Amino acid sequence: MREIFFNSVFFGVLVSIVTYEGGVWLKQKWKLAVFNPLFLSVLSVMALLTVFEIDYAVYYNGAKYLSYFLTPATICLAVPLYEKIHLLKRYGGAVLGGISAGVATSLVSILACAFVFHFTHEQYVTLLPKSITTAIGMGISEELGGMVTITVAVIIITGVLGNMTAEAVLKLFHIEEPVAKGVAIGSASHAIGTVKAMEIGEIEGAMSSLSIAVAGLLTVAGACAFASFI
Amino acid sequence: MKCWIPLPVPASIYGFLLLLTALLTGALSLESVKETSDFLIEIMPLMFIPAAVGLMESWGALSGILVQVLIATAVSTILVMGVSGIVTQALIRRQGGKKT
Repeated sequence: MREIFFNSVFFGVLVSIVTYEGGVWLKQKWKLAVFNPLFLSVLSVMALLTVFEIDYAVYYNGAKYLSYFLTPATICLAVPLYEKIHLLKRYGGAVLGGISAGVATSLVSILACAFVFHFTHEQYVTLLPKSITTAIGMGISEELGGMVTITVAVIIITGVLGNMTAEAVLKLFHIEEPVAKGVAIGSASHAIGTVKAMEIGEIEGAMSSLSIAVAGLLTVAGACAFASFI
Repeated sequence: MKCWIPLPVPASIYGFLLLLTALLTGALSLESVKETSDFLIEIMPLMFIPAAVGLMESWGALSGILVQVLIATAVSTILVMGVSGIVTQALIRRQGGKKT
């Protein structure tokens, strides 16, 4: 019975959805940033797999069907952007300037941390693409000779962190313009952050989606140049 | 230049740009994609769970540099968010635009 249940392809999907809904419920109940549904769900699934000694591969066998939707969903982010295209036409320069500044900050701050912590070249290039979408980040890391599995891990940690801290950080830096909020979230924490931007508002979500694509493309060029510094 | 040529651009970014172009040129109407896209975007957080749980598998590779990596990630993420937001906001306000 136990094997049948855990090996079923539905197990992975079910456990992901149930833990996520649990997170949503807790969040509504207490409204604290710590009760981030995505974060809680990931922790609960990890705990479940550990307690019941289930292999990640067994879970992923079912859960991969959730991941499959990631590509079409990312493409769909073009729709909210299209609905706010008048804002982009009006503030195109500001948006591009903000994203470029974000990409530059990302590369410089990683370079600075690399000096402080005495990272090797391999560790340094592994972290360079951390603020951009996984698929592009993996490509950059591989191209520059980084450790791709760690890059993926760091990209996800960045996204979840951005998703959890976005509201507090925006408040801290007095970022009030919806367009600027979207650019900030998308440039710093890609699609996982964009989920939060969508919750904050439609303009934020649209600008955050655009920032994923633009920041990703700019980082391809920037990371190649920065890779030679260490 | 060498590392620019095999651009690691994933299908989703090409798809994003293609869909945006199709909508802008009127090749696709908003109504035909709106419902599907709203649904997919709404359930998007769920799609990240499997990959994030996969972090379990990377503990080994991360263990030696975990603390440094976490500090670097946290510092850099917050700085990037702050700087890109401040720059965008300053440029918007310099442009003299009203609040959106």
